Order: sequence, then structure tokens, then C-alpha cells
Amino acid sequence: MFRTKVAVLMTAAALLTGCGASDKPTAAAPATVTTGGSLKGDFGPPQGEPVHAVLTSPPEVPPATGRHAPAKVIVELEVVEVDKQIAEGVTYTFWTFGGTVPGSFIRVRQGDTVEFHLKNHPGSKMPHNIDLHGVTGPGGGAASSFTAPGHQSKFTFKALNQGLYVYHCATAPVGMHVANGMYGLILIEPPEGMPAVDKEFYVMQGDFYTVGKYREKGHQAFDMQKAIDENATYVLFNGAESALTGPHALKATTGQHIRMYVGNGGPNLVSSFHLIGEIFDKVQYEGGTHFQENVQTTLIPAGGAATVEFHTEVPGNYVLVDHSIFRAFNKGAVAILEVSGEARADIYSGKQGDEVYLSDKTSNTAAVETAALASASGTLTKEQQVKAGEVLFKGTCSACHQDTGAGIPNVFPPLAKSDYLLADKKRAIGIALNGLSGPVTVNGSTFNSVMPPMSQLNDDEIANILTFALNSWGNDGGVVTAKEVTQVRSSTKRAEGAAH
Amino acid sequence: MIRACILMALTLLPFSAPGARAVGLEVPIAGGKFESVLPPSPKEKAADVPPFRLDVALVSNADFARFVRKHPDWRRDQVAGLFADEGYLRQWSSPTEPGSGIEKQPVTQVSWFAASAYCEARGARLPRWHEWELAAAASTRVPDARNDPEWRQQILDWYATSARGVLPAAGASPANYFGVRDLHGVVWEWVEDAGSMLVSDDSREQGDPNRNRFCGSGAIDLEQKENYAMLMRIAMLSSMKASYSSNSMGFRCASDAKAPR
Repeated sequence: MFRTKVAVLMTAAALLTGCGASDKPTAAAPATVTTGGSLKGDFGPPQGEPVHAVLTSPPEVPPATGRHAPAKVIVELEVVEVDKQIAEGVTYTFWTFGGTVPGSFIRVRQGDTVEFHLKNHPGSKMPHNIDLHGVTGPGGGAASSFTAPGHQSKFTFKALNQGLYVYHCATAPVGMHVANGMYGLILIEPPEGMPAVDKEFYVMQGDFYTVGKYREKGHQAFDMQKAIDENATYVLFNGAESALTGPHALKATTGQHIRMYVGNGGPNLVSSFHLIGEIFDKVQYEGGTHFQENVQTTLIPAGGAATVEFHTEVPGNYVLVDHSIFRAFNKGAVAILEVSGEARADIYSGKQGDEVYLSDKTSNTAAVETAALASASGTLTKEQQVKAGEVLFKGTCSACHQDTGAGIPNVFPPLAKSDYLLADKKRAIGIALNGLSGPVTVNGSTFNSVMPPMSQLNDDEIANILTFALNSWGNDGGVVTAKEVTQVRSSTKRAEGAAH
Repeated sequence: MIRACILMALTLLPFSAPGARAVGLEVPIAGGKFESVLPPSPKEKAADVPPFRLDVALVSNADFARFVRKHPDWRRDQVAGLFADEGYLRQWSSPTEPGSGIEKQPVTQVSWFAASAYCEARGARLPRWHEWELAAAASTRVPDARNDPEWRQQILDWYATSARGVLPAAGASPANYFGVRDLHGVVWEWVEDAGSMLVSDDSREQGDPNRNRFCGSGAIDLEQKENYAMLMRIAMLSSMKASYSSNSMGFRCASDAKAPR
């Protein structure tokens, strides 16, 4: 409300300075675009029989309320402390609203009177309460819902503001309760309901602090010092590393309108929420009634939320990340949206070619293509192999072994007149595929360095390079066939860290 | 060896007459000036803790069963609803028997009223918060280990496990500097003044202009915000009414050092 007023004033100021001349403010009109906030959120007393709210576990979202009049809605939420997997082989004691992290999704309509029952499971060690950001009143319900283990409490509020709101536990120490997973989302639908979409999902980010390192096995305890230092061990969507990956990936098909209710429980970190390979057509920040379009990455504050919408066109896997990117690949902030459907090459082709790129080594790749075609048709000659091998050698090998095949004394062994190369063809193929490290004696000199595996080259290419080497710089000939390379490749495991 | 004998003595002790406390069940603690997370008043930082005596171990199910048999008013099927909620001794196999396997474990699911009655029958009382906190500030080596990060983490580690596991036997954990056991890592404990800890139900309201609505000791802000381990005890105690019971709330008794013996 306040923000809206400020915006109106700013518009007025802009008009005044822009046009210069007007004496009276002319900006009364834009005020009509506001919904009136809490001041216009009271639609009177609840009508009809009380309704029990449907609560869902993430990533599911309850169905639309479908109501057109204010109702009395009963919400029953149970607090349970549970040991669950946070990462593969790592467990953690989560404190939860409804047994999951984030807690159950609550969906009501603006103007509804919500009778909230908070139940604390008898097996809980802690007292808990709930502060809903969608509540108008001191503490957001916190003091009224403070509940000992094995007890339940009740309070009632009227949902005056529409929007998407975070709820969380506010019992001391608040940070620890939140860090243990005590947060979730409540959607207060606008009076006319949310526009229809094909799919809705519930995703919430949170940061976690364990005594052990990231993915350190076993049961991990909460680390208060790391939490105070804001040094997260895990940053996760929906409370576990595998919550939304593999068999648990979110699923959609092409041609669908998708809406995600995205929250950030914190306790500390602000999310740079991004969906790799998609652009959010619409983002509504917090409970906002205005949306932004064409958003790549949207900031979701700790204790805040956003509604993002997009349309799926191209099938494939789309990755949700916190684009503060080390959190994604080193702390777990990754989720997958699996989109199935017909390929749309007109929009996205997929990989159309992977060719040798020779950088400053200008060379003619025609020889390589000629050799590849000849090999496929079974007419490959030694000369074609040597020509193709020369081009490939310049692109891949000459940086170390040099164009002259002489190598560099004491660092890179020579290939020219190399007793080591010429002694064993099969060994040479193996070295090209798997690399070589450790001391070798070539032409009487010892070399001790590392050659990376070149397994990214195909069998034709390796055969051609080696044939070139065997027939150059005074070497006495010989041919390596692609078939020989295939044999060696199939009998050796792909080396780790192969060059690409 | 000696400690084992003490524990045996504890389990065999009858509750016949007030003042029949066996020497050795309790240890004397000198007390003194103590800076609590809950200062005595807005003007005083340190509480004055007179000398007191504190039970070495938590009260076990077997101990409490003997008390209940002696004082049937406190059987779960006879207790007045005002003094105990529905969870009172619910885990026992019968109104007078804990059932096999849990006799030596600390009694839980007891209300503040029941815990107080037990101590009173023994000629003792529940420890006061400042007494409990002072005794619990010790590690095995020093009387005040509250600034030792290791001490804090050990306590937080307990908070980070769920309350559904099987409890260890009462008195099974190592004795601290004062010779007291089980203060951390086993259960929450009732204190005599639990009901007068007028901490706001919303812990974030500190500095609230309404705090003067409380008279006397209510208008106190929690101190030592970094001492989460202790603040959580207070949060738990303040969520419990005197008739409430919980499967992680137990108790031990204390007495004044000068009390006639």
C-alpha cells in the first residue's frame, strides 16, 4: 500500500518535471490500478459452512479454492521433527511443518477467515510456533501459536492481502528453527482466483549448516557457528539434494503453461533463482499484483517468494539453480524440470556439428573430410591417411611434439626417428587414447612428464595421426587402421580427465 | 564403583518420611554471584545464588513408581485433571508400574505439579532456574564452561537429534565439575520457578514497549544471545504450563544447603 503511494507520487513528480508547466498534480488516475491492499481486502464475514483447507506436500500445489465469497477455512498443520536424508548417505534432523521441507502448501482466498490449528507432535523435543507473512497482526501469529510438544493451539486471522507469502517458525532460537527446515508457503488467491495454467509446482530454497562437510556421510548435527557466519554447507531446493532430481524431477510436456510458486526460507541466503534454458515470461515478486516480463534470473529474498510463469516449447531437461552458482554445483542447489514432447528443431536444433577447431594453426580440413569419407566407403589409402593425419597432428599434437616431430629436449619426447614410437604400434595407439605419465626412455634420453589422453578423437582420426607420424620426419613407414584403434579402445577403460 | 553404589542406594530408597534423604544422593554446590541468561532484574546483571544441594542424577521411572504407590493421588488414573494433562505417565504399562525395560530411565511425562510433589515428599524441592543453570554451566573440568564452543556444540548436538530414541539410564552420563550428571543431553528438566519465567511467547519481541505490562520480574530481556543452548531451555520451559507433560521433560530435586537434615 505504502509502496503504491510512493510509486504514484514518483509518477506525479516525473510528470511535473517532464512537462514542466502544470500547477496541479495530474496523477490521480494511476491510483486506480492499485487493488487497495488490506484496506479493501475485507469482504465481510465468512459465508457458508467452514471449509477444511487442502494441504499438499512439495512439489504439489493444492487445487484452486474456486470460491467467489469469503469462507471460514480451517487449517490443521502438524509440526513433526524427523530424521531424513539431506544428501546421499547423509541424514539430518529436520523440524517440519507437516513432515516435509518446505512445509505443507496452504491455499486460501483473499477475504477468507482462517482458523489455524498448530499441532506439535508428542515426539517433538521442542516447542514451536508459526509466523505467517500473510497475517495482519503482531507476530504474524507467532505468540498466539506457541505450542509445547504434545499440545495444539488455535488462532484465527482474516487474509486481507492477496499474494504468495512465506510462513516459518519463530521460536527461539529463530535462526535454528528456520535452518532446520521450518518454513513453507501460503498462497492467498486474489478474489477472482489465479489465471488457469497447465501445471503448478511448489519449490522452496533453503540453506543448511552441518558440522560435517558437504556430503560427509552419516547423521549430521546443526552447526550454530557456521549458521552465524552464514557459511552454508548445503543450499537446497525442497530440503534434500535429490528432492527434485532423477526419479523425483518435476515433469511437464511441451506446449504447457507452467507456474512455479517459489519461496526462499533462508535462514541467511538470498536466491538468484534461474531456470537454465528457459526465460520466465512472467515474474510476480512477492505477493505483487504487477508482473515483470522476460526475466532470466530473479532475486528471491530470504523470507520472500515469487510466482514465476513460463511456456514450454522444446523438450529436454531444464535445470533450476541458484545462479550464485557455486551453491548449485557445490552445495546442492539443483533441481530438474523434465519436459517431454516432439522436438522443435525450428526453435532449438540441438548439436549440429562438432568439428576440429585449429585456432591459429591455419590448415585445410578438406584432407580430414576426404579421409573420413574414404574410410567410410572402404577406399582409404595410406596417402589420404597421412594427409589427414598431418592436419590433425598440427591441431592436436604439435604444440608439444612440434611440427618437426622433434619434441623439446628433456620435456616432450621426439616422434621423429623415435625408437619408442616405432618399437610397438599397439603401445602407440594405447598412449594416444589413454595418455602417458611417468618416466620413459626415448632415443637414450629420459622424459618424465604427462601426456593427456586423446580419447576425444575418433578411431579414424587417431589412426590417421599415427600413420602420419609413422611416415614423416624420416620414420620408416607403417599403417595404423581405425580397426586397430577400435580394438585397443575397447580393451581399455576410458581414462579419467580425458581432454576435450 | 562408589558411584554405582550410590545409584543402587537411590533406587532402593523409600519415600516414607520427609527428611529421610540419603547422604550422597545430592552434592553440595557453593553458589555465589552468577550471570544468568535470565538476569534477576533489569538493573542486576548477576543473580545471587545461595548455597544449595542438587541431586546427582535424574529421577528414574522406578523412583517415581515408588512415590506413586505411596501417594496414589498421583497415579495417572487418580490424579486431579488440574495437576496433570492427558499425557501424564502415559508411557507406563500400568498406573503403578513403568513396565519392563524403562525402570532405570529418567521419568518423563510428568507435570510440574507431580514433580514438585515428589520432591516435597522427599523433604526437598525442585531446583530453581538459577541453581540449575549454574550447575549446568560446568563441563567435566571447569565450573563455568559456557564460553567453550565445544561445550555449546555438545548441547546443540542433543537438540539436533529427535526425541524418539530410547533414553539412557538416569545417572549414566559422566559427572560434571560439581559431580552432577545428566544435566545435558538427556531430557529437559522442570525447575521450581518455571511458571514465573515471564518470557514473551514471541521471542522476537524483546525491547517491546509493552513489557511494562508485566509486574516485577517479568520485564526482563534475555541476555547472552549467543548462548543458544540455554535460551532453548527457557523457550521449552516457557511453552509448558504446570500441568503439561512431555516425553522429553524430566526432573531432579534440590534443597537448601542450610535445611535441617
